[in-house]
Amino acid sequence: MIDPMSVFILLLGAATPILFAALGELVVERAGVLNLGVEGMMITGALAGFAAAYATGSPAVGFAAAALAGAAVSMSFAVLTQFLLSNQVATGLALTLFGLGLTAMFGKPYEGLKAPAMMPGPLRLNWMIWLGIALVPIVWWFLARTRAGLILRAVGENHDAAHGLGYPVRWVRILAIGFGGALAGMGGAYISIATVLQWTEGMTAGAGWIALAIVVFAQWNPWGVLAGAWLFGGVTVLQLRLQAAGVAVPVQLLSMAPYLATIFVLVLISARQKFGRSGGGAAPASLGRPFYALK
Amino acid sequence: MFRLEPRASAPLIWQVVTPILAVLATMIVGGGLFAVMGFDPVAAIRTIFWDPLFGPAASYSRPQLLVKAGPLILIASGLALGFRAGIWNIGAEGQYIIGAICGAAVALAAYPMDAFWIFPAMILAGAAGGWAWGMVPALLRNWFGASEILVSLMLVYVAQRIAAWMAFGPMKNPEGFNFPGSRNLQQYEPASNPELFANSGLHWGGVAAILALAAIWFIMSRHVLGFHIRTAGAAPRAARFAGVRPERLVAFCLGVSGALAGLAGLFEVAGPAGQITESFGSGYGFTAIIVAFLGRLHPLGILLAGLLLALTYIGGELAQMMLNLPAATVQVFQGMLLFFLLGFDVLTRYRIRRRT
Repeated sequence: MIDPMSVFILLLGAATPILFAALGELVVERAGVLNLGVEGMMITGALAGFAAAYATGSPAVGFAAAALAGAAVSMSFAVLTQFLLSNQVATGLALTLFGLGLTAMFGKPYEGLKAPAMMPGPLRLNWMIWLGIALVPIVWWFLARTRAGLILRAVGENHDAAHGLGYPVRWVRILAIGFGGALAGMGGAYISIATVLQWTEGMTAGAGWIALAIVVFAQWNPWGVLAGAWLFGGVTVLQLRLQAAGVAVPVQLLSMAPYLATIFVLVLISARQKFGRSGGGAAPASLGRPFYALK
Repeated sequence: MFRLEPRASAPLIWQVVTPILAVLATMIVGGGLFAVMGFDPVAAIRTIFWDPLFGPAASYSRPQLLVKAGPLILIASGLALGFRAGIWNIGAEGQYIIGAICGAAVALAAYPMDAFWIFPAMILAGAAGGWAWGMVPALLRNWFGASEILVSLMLVYVAQRIAAWMAFGPMKNPEGFNFPGSRNLQQYEPASNPELFANSGLHWGGVAAILALAAIWFIMSRHVLGFHIRTAGAAPRAARFAGVRPERLVAFCLGVSGALAGLAGLFEVAGPAGQITESFGSGYGFTAIIVAFLGRLHPLGILLAGLLLALTYIGGELAQMMLNLPAATVQVFQGMLLFFLLGFDVLTRYRIRRRT
């Protein structure tokens, strides 16, 4: 009745925006910064990517523009938290509120337009799905096996010690924030260019917050992010399938499933960490703490 | 170059000046944004910040100030308690929606009865609903260590879908010609929340907001609970030694802020909004976060910040009508305001010194 291959393809499509955004946030958090602005960066990328893809007829240009736009808005967060030492939680929230407002304001002319078609890649999957999956081992390799990755983790675990060793804590964090912004932007653009194929206000609908939860679920490990994104994609597809099959549950209740699943998974992982039954990774020790250098 | 030197305490003068600086910066940058979009910046800023109070249509828009400020202040005063303690309730929007649904449920169940107890019962139900919705992240944090930020936020999306379900399903008005949305409570007198004085904009929600401000002022400055909250926020480890039980604090702060947000939702559904619709959540829960910060988590500050943000709502609507400015302008202004405030805050916490 349901072709498993087509379900898997749908699952990958639903997982890809979250995968991009969560991988980016993972790098940011490993550098010791908690950026709650993922939703704002995603929606910015969704609009910028859609606008560029529509103007040029090229989805590839759209994704590049989305990455730039995501990185650009993330710099406002970087300046505030790294130079003006503002509270990261509040600043991330401000970024989200600002991004949602700005895109609603500038997105009006794009409503009702249709995105250009994406080129299919190998195995009926588009190239962005492949890129997302390929980024998982790349990010893992970078963090675990390169010198730059080691410095980034050191900055995240103990910024005072990293500073003492002469590493530029602030700049490492700014680069990480920019990378996270670029990936969040591309994740957002995937929703407008590859999934929905148009622009609507607030279309990311909490995907950025789910990405944040998936970083916790992944215990700050890139492979865990892949698992989390696929799990989320699975719940989303299942919920849509049940809606299409006309199950006797109201549509609005079915569409809660991804959010409830996120809470459930979050609780499960937090409990595992709290009661110490897992060998999994813990949060980077300097996560969310502002860095202040005396000299 | 400059360097920052931490201050031992935040001077009062900077605490007062920085929000004002943030508002001015928002006006300047916002004006620039309007100019880029091809609007007259001076006219736009005047329409948003001046005309609602003193313009030709002020007699209509001035009462609206209290209508919008009421829920913002009510929600923000609850949030401020938690923010002081480092407990981040980001889901007030969800608690607001659930409070409205629970309160409206009482009214719809009682319809068409006429009894004095209906409105008080709705108030209780609204507060209880918001409290319960706020206790979910509190308990999940206390029992399992789950982040209250993410859980309370996810619950906003869940609450929005419950509201949609109610509007299309269980609460749909049987006499509504099959349109989604509940009965209009404004037309059901024992359940309605009308203006208390003609043309003032003050309804029971505004009264509750004032009471809430007084209550948090009392708690924060005159009660040991406020001491616990402040200690927990400033130095969590020290607070433990001082006998603060973090679990209780989490439950208290999330419960109280949830109940206040629920009340705001109830007063809104029984008053200005009138009915449960698919899009009942109007963003007050998120804007209240800005109110709390802009008001420096202090009762008097929250009062002023609530009035100011209410002004941006009304001015934004006016600018939409008069100048054809996009509806999202308000949101951009509010986001920008928070940004600038957090940026200028560096002045309250640090001294800026020239590097020698």
